[in-house]
Amino acid sequence: MTMSRRQFIKIGAAGVGSAALASGLGTRWWGLDGDPTPDPRTDGDRVVASYCELCFWGCGVLAHVKEGRVTKITGNPAHPLSRGMLCPRGVGGTGLLYDPDRLKRPLLRRTKRGEDLFEEVSWDDALGRVAEGLERVRRQHGPEALALFTHGSGGVWFKQFMKAWGSPNIGAPSYAQCRGPREAAFQLTFGTPLGSPEPLDIGNARCITLIGSHLGENMHNTQVQELAEALGKGAQLVVVDPRFSVAASKARYWLPIKPGTDIALLQAWTHVLLAERLHDAEYLAAHAIGLDELRAHVAETTPEWAGPITGLDPRLIRDSARLIGASRPASMIHPGRHTVWYGDDTQRERSMAILVALLGNWGRRGGYLKQDKFPLAGYPYAGAPPPPSRPKVDRPKGGLYPLANEVLANGLCDATRPGQSLYDLKAWLVYGCNLVQAMPDRPQLLEAIQKLDLLVAVDVLPAEICGWADVVLPEATYLERDDDAWNGPWRRPFIAVRQAAVPAMYDSKPGWWIVKELAGKVGLADHFPWTDAREFVKTRLAVKGQSWETLSSTGVLLGPEIPTCEEEGAELTFETESGKIELFSKELADLDFDPLPVYRPQEEGPPGTFRLLSGRSPLHSFGRTVNNRLLAEPYPENEVWLNADAAATLPGFEARALAHGERVVLVNQDGVRSTPVKVKLTQRIRTDCVFMVHGWGQTARGQRYAYGRGASDALLTSRVKVDPIMGGTGMNVNFVRFERAVEHA
Amino acid sequence: MTELDVARHNPLLDPGLQAWGWEIPAYLFLGGMAAGVMVLTTLLLARPGERSTALRWLPFAAPALVTVGMLALFLDVEHKLFVWRFYLAFRWSSPMSWGAWILLLVYPVSLLVALAALDEGQAEWLAARLGRLGPPVRGARGLALRHAAGLRVANVAVGAGLGLYTGVLLSTLAARALWSSTVLGPVFLASGLSTGAALLMLFPVNPEERHLLARWDLWAIGVEAVLLLLFLVGLASGTAAGQSAAGLLLGGPFTAAFWLLVVGAGLTLPALIELLEGRRLLRATVAAPALVLVGGLALRWILVSAGQT
Amino acid sequence: MSRRYAMAVDTRRCVGCNACVISCKTENDLPSGAFRDWIVTEARGQFPDLTLQIRSERCNHCAETPCVAACPTGASHVAAGGTVLVNRRKCTGCKACMVACPYGARSVHPDGHVDKCTFCLHRVERGQSPACVETCPTRSLTFGDLADPGSGVARLVAHRPHQVLQPEAGTRPFVFFLT
Repeated sequence: MTMSRRQFIKIGAAGVGSAALASGLGTRWWGLDGDPTPDPRTDGDRVVASYCELCFWGCGVLAHVKEGRVTKITGNPAHPLSRGMLCPRGVGGTGLLYDPDRLKRPLLRRTKRGEDLFEEVSWDDALGRVAEGLERVRRQHGPEALALFTHGSGGVWFKQFMKAWGSPNIGAPSYAQCRGPREAAFQLTFGTPLGSPEPLDIGNARCITLIGSHLGENMHNTQVQELAEALGKGAQLVVVDPRFSVAASKARYWLPIKPGTDIALLQAWTHVLLAERLHDAEYLAAHAIGLDELRAHVAETTPEWAGPITGLDPRLIRDSARLIGASRPASMIHPGRHTVWYGDDTQRERSMAILVALLGNWGRRGGYLKQDKFPLAGYPYAGAPPPPSRPKVDRPKGGLYPLANEVLANGLCDATRPGQSLYDLKAWLVYGCNLVQAMPDRPQLLEAIQKLDLLVAVDVLPAEICGWADVVLPEATYLERDDDAWNGPWRRPFIAVRQAAVPAMYDSKPGWWIVKELAGKVGLADHFPWTDAREFVKTRLAVKGQSWETLSSTGVLLGPEIPTCEEEGAELTFETESGKIELFSKELADLDFDPLPVYRPQEEGPPGTFRLLSGRSPLHSFGRTVNNRLLAEPYPENEVWLNADAAATLPGFEARALAHGERVVLVNQDGVRSTPVKVKLTQRIRTDCVFMVHGWGQTARGQRYAYGRGASDALLTSRVKVDPIMGGTGMNVNFVRFERAVEHA
Repeated sequence: MTELDVARHNPLLDPGLQAWGWEIPAYLFLGGMAAGVMVLTTLLLARPGERSTALRWLPFAAPALVTVGMLALFLDVEHKLFVWRFYLAFRWSSPMSWGAWILLLVYPVSLLVALAALDEGQAEWLAARLGRLGPPVRGARGLALRHAAGLRVANVAVGAGLGLYTGVLLSTLAARALWSSTVLGPVFLASGLSTGAALLMLFPVNPEERHLLARWDLWAIGVEAVLLLLFLVGLASGTAAGQSAAGLLLGGPFTAAFWLLVVGAGLTLPALIELLEGRRLLRATVAAPALVLVGGLALRWILVSAGQT
Repeated sequence: MSRRYAMAVDTRRCVGCNACVISCKTENDLPSGAFRDWIVTEARGQFPDLTLQIRSERCNHCAETPCVAACPTGASHVAAGGTVLVNRRKCTGCKACMVACPYGARSVHPDGHVDKCTFCLHRVERGQSPACVETCPTRSLTFGDLADPGSGVARLVAHRPHQVLQPEAGTRPFVFFLT
């Protein structure tokens, strides 16, 4: 269409004119423009419900999606764990999704194991290599020679693979390297382990006692929400911690206990409760056995006896015991979580469980509730695969650790060293767990790795363990994949949906796909008849006519309310041998362990050294988030907490005193040296120990942000003291001295 | 013992405020110097008698200095494409706004005064060099000569305003304890006169003019010293925040710089030299002016840095 | 009656988790290094007699705004309910407001303009809470209209002992720290 010059000028002028107006000639250029409310417009065009995977808690989230990107993540108000509120890690999930260092394509090792040199290959090639490797191991050593290490909800697919494959060796570091002692102790006392999420009615407690737990810096979302609620309602805290944690700062009583002496304190408290009749006598008469033995056992363990041992004023011990007792039955002794400290940890947790019973706190409001799972049917498989022909090999020859009721991950590592266990493990499948930071005694771990025929790592980021693998498989993040429904126990049973908010980036694949493809290549396709994770979940729901639509749109399906405590009509039953709470444990006695906890002093460190303690930051999930640039902004690296007065007399720093913020190298009793780490000089810790947040000091070059930051307490945990009852690896038995970090060019 | 931990790592805010870097002290220095040039050239030119060639050209130094100062200000500004927004508003409460407009006002006033200061020969030389701008410049000079008296007053007034404003800019920012002194405006004016004099002394003015400039500089230094003393005493005897701010210059990290560069090099030494020059015991050199300039820049740099601590 | 927006920060409930910090960053699409709110932890005393105060700090949206007074272009202005905002199209980035603020509440956005907490006014206008308030797991943050005696924030300020930051600065802040 031809245009006259006049028309063209008219249109051109109009165009220029409107452009000029739009640009501000009308108002902006004369300062006449107004002040509109700035709007970042991050609300999504689509909002997808799912559950978080930044830590194991699994809070319900809403992912806002706009133009194919997740702009922000908020809490799902309908979800019982998040209740619309998220911790910083939950909100920081976009920092994982858009982490530029993510694993993008399957990798095959090019050179020696551990040299961290890989080539990118197709999924077909990678899975083909895995299949070939697995089949060779099966031919030469049997299917049980494959072990799975797993952490995270996506592990269910890999556990199913192991079942189909025929190996019982499925381990998670979260047992023997974390909560194992408390599971064993509570099982011995009440007949049930605690599991996750813990059945704690923190919100209704009148008094909450934390032994080493630093809830508040430990950000188990629901527990912190309830802690704040309880405090708001006037609840009191008793905190036992060598460090003045955030929780300690809110406590009525802070007991800055000498590390390693907790059992003495707990025995003294038990003594006071019994001697001053602060125990729930009626409850114990109805539900417990062994009270007389207990009373006799703690006759001498007075606060005056415990005082010099623990470094605490006996009056403080007595006053705190009185508060704890007077607040019963809603007086909760929090079980803690990472409880592998000194090798006597099951006994320490037994002391705590005994106190829980004395206070009548089990099965009561403000205490340990009954929880249950939502009645979601299992997937209707045609038949179950045959059970493995050989037992697990996580115990050394000689049948130690009789009361471990889960697999010992470190035991699986040991079984990889030839001749250590019943048979040798020859292949590892590692799902979402950086064994390098999770396991103590790194040289032993690496030695075991070198003995493997095959190491396959499935991860989202190039964590250190991936650098040691033969095949690295990039999984899509939780925001990019469907998974099985969350179906853990809770006081109001529920399930939660995991559905992709955005398509998988790069060449990453969801776990269910990886497993199904791999199964196909090793002749196990029949055991994975479902099409994909969504069909898997829909089929499970369909069995009992439960609604996918509701689950998908709201994020949850709530089950019927159940009575969670005596006050709600729940009946208290105990799956112990006696059917009652066993204050005195015959089971332990029969195995030649102390039936009632006995305090034994711990080994001290060499002079001039400090006991190394570790813990959490609320912004991080240990090593998982150290590369998350969003979460790193307020907390980019860990520091070592050292008492300021101890710093003033630090050996080796006489010429020039150590200053706050200076970088140091920690050297442990075995000569293991850490990477440089900043020192935090503070009054908030005893003079005989130091504290670091776990997870930093990573050596994976692929995690470009985290590389070279901070120091690894795991590296310094070269020594452990093993709990003989359930095999937990007590880690707080390493001692460090300080050296000035020399800056390398 | 207090342990303060701020979980933020913004280089402009942590560990301390560093919003203003070298650009602002440079701009304050150049502005103050321009103010001094405006006032002192007017006073010198108002005298009867011989004027050196240099002196006739020197009023042009003021707009030149202001231009460089505005360049420094432009470098400091973070949203450079929006700089014109300064001139779409005038806000009574904002010394930054006052400054933006005063700087603009400096141009017409000081340029007209500068044109009027030239004699016929110099004016023609200039006009010839400016080609097409020649006739308007001649016209402007004519205008300036007709209103010479009024322009002289304006030049002194705008110059004094400029000098005062550079100090007031800091003193109105009450959040910074070091700057919360009403004396700061007069201090910067006195310092501006001193540095203006020093700059003029570096040029080949005639001995009489040099002598006068040195004498005026001596007075300016004297006033500046007294005012600085009042400034420190005022802070040190005031609020706790004021005391700790004063402490930065009286024992704290900026003490050596302040006493050596500002009090020593910028005030005491040049005053001594000028005293001796005045008594004809020393030959006039660039020593005193150079020291004054160093001291003037140092004063502003130290105050801007220390004030943000 | 005109609204006066205010926030109450309960230092007894706050554990300093930084959820408020990260949620603000994602809600407001802030670039790396930008913080509109941040956590300050203040420990006092000698071992073992120690106290700790944890504060979630941000712009205090003061009544006597030294920042608005210092702004040469009017970019810094007072909007609905006393909220102090920056109009990024009027801001030259001269940073006079940053120097004028006693609280270090303002920073420079990579685009060149000055950035600060907006009380999420864009959310408030839609009837929602600011992002930090919504996500805070300890429910330490309360936002609302102080001029409405029935609002949560008004009742908290009326009944709980509280402090503001640097009262001697004369800025009359409207973020109240409940102690």
